[in-house]
Amino acid sequence: MNHQTERLYLYPVWIRIWHMTNALLCLILIITGLSIQFSNPTTVVKFNAAVTVHNLAGIILTISYGLFFLGNLFTPNGSHYVISVKGFIMRLKKQFYYYTIGLFKKENAPFPINEDGKFNPLQQVTYVVLMYGFVPFVIISGWGLLYPEMTVYSVFGISGLDLTDLLHITAGFGISIIMCVHIYFCTIGKNPTSNFKSMINGYHESH
Amino acid sequence: MIYKANIRPAWVVLLMMMLCLLAFTMIKTSDNSSPVNKKIQAEQETSPQVDLTKFKNAEENEKCFKCHGQSKYTYENPDSKKIVNKRMYGELVMNRDVFYVSNHREFKCTDCHSEDYGTFPHAGNLRMEAIATCIDCHGGDEKYAKFEFEKIDTAFLASVHSVKHNQDFTCWMCHDAHTYKINARSNEILKETITYDNLICLNCHGDLKNYQLLTDKAKPNILKKHEWLPNQASHFTNVRCIECHARNEDTLVVAHHVVSKSQAVRKCESCHSKNSILYASLYKYQVSEKIQKEGIIKGLLMGESTSIGPDKSNTLNIISLTIFGLTILVIIIHAILRIKK
Repeated sequence: MNHQTERLYLYPVWIRIWHMTNALLCLILIITGLSIQFSNPTTVVKFNAAVTVHNLAGIILTISYGLFFLGNLFTPNGSHYVISVKGFIMRLKKQFYYYTIGLFKKENAPFPINEDGKFNPLQQVTYVVLMYGFVPFVIISGWGLLYPEMTVYSVFGISGLDLTDLLHITAGFGISIIMCVHIYFCTIGKNPTSNFKSMINGYHESH
Repeated sequence: MIYKANIRPAWVVLLMMMLCLLAFTMIKTSDNSSPVNKKIQAEQETSPQVDLTKFKNAEENEKCFKCHGQSKYTYENPDSKKIVNKRMYGELVMNRDVFYVSNHREFKCTDCHSEDYGTFPHAGNLRMEAIATCIDCHGGDEKYAKFEFEKIDTAFLASVHSVKHNQDFTCWMCHDAHTYKINARSNEILKETITYDNLICLNCHGDLKNYQLLTDKAKPNILKKHEWLPNQASHFTNVRCIECHARNEDTLVVAHHVVSKSQAVRKCESCHSKNSILYASLYKYQVSEKIQKEGIIKGLLMGESTSIGPDKSNTLNIISLTIFGLTILVIIIHAILRIKK
């Protein structure tokens, strides 16, 4: 096993700024979103304050997602989100085995991070579902709730506004769960804090 | 660096977004699913004319409607023998179509008004006739017990309407006996009930002429007074004025205890919370009626939206808490195993 530390510059400034902004916005949106969802007169964040902050954070998230979206359409960073279908299930199984068994046997990661592949197969599928599934849904439904008069009145007899609300909280919940898992998985690195440092200095450390 | 030629998910999402936008625009432009739209459409398809033969007192009432049914009336001057056309004073014009769908549609005009109105010209002293109020006819009547008129009367007497204006403020200020129809119990369309009820308030609070019948004060500008309310238009079309301006009780009986502006509801959480005051009256009735008619799933899902934010579904909460709890449990177990190894 090679114990020499390699430093790879994987995270350019724009990605780090976007990532930090996104992380902060998601935290604010989760806290204020929960305050709105479970609002009562004793909630820590008052309903009207929670709504104002949630709306503002949602608008900034839309801009931030727009930049991420454009960045991944037109820069090489977008290629990390391209899933090669051939053998993908096998690769997923390998990565799943590593996280559940191999890691504890001190085996090497099956898909070590390098310039061509920043994400392992599990990360790839999670990030695609998150960034091209949950996030667009949460943003679009969020705008639907911000301008309720724009929302379709009913869909197959179900209130359009209630459906948008349900879609918004489901997507928001999905994002919250992925965020918890994401933060925990970030502790699986050279040491528990190395991945967090990478997102500050841009260098990925592997050994 | 190997640049993969495969299709990036961002392009797929962009394409899907454009298709969704196109579909949304098409749905939105042809969207007539709003119950109000549907009703207008239905009314356009059917004749709005009331069939007078259905009402036993219609013939008798026509003697009054002949003059009071439109904006002008005609009579023959007994001296000059000339036919005279006169404009009917606006407040005395009664619309037949509206009267014959109102609560009192089966009434004879002279059930409430003096028989002496049968002669023309009407005697001047008839203007002084005392008009009965709701409780005069409906009080203590078992047939109308479910409407709880006595309770309404007590609440009304404690309201700012009664306290500030004494005898001048009668039931008729809000409920015109010729046009009033019960809504919440008979209309399944929540938004229509809301609009109908709010128009009763706006009849005075949105109309200077009517407002100044009881006061010399300048009428406050409702839009300005409610500027603090986010999504003002949405609130005005989805919530009844009385939800915030009257003391609500857990009943469908419309709240008549209108309170002063200092006591009006201003806290968002009063409606946007699990214990929302909105669920005490109209909305609760609408949901329970729908559940009775359509079953629990359809009844809960097929309703009109009431308020955004409040956590309404316990099942969803349990599911989401379970998923969240399991995720945290797996993370903790994984972390402990990592530390031990």
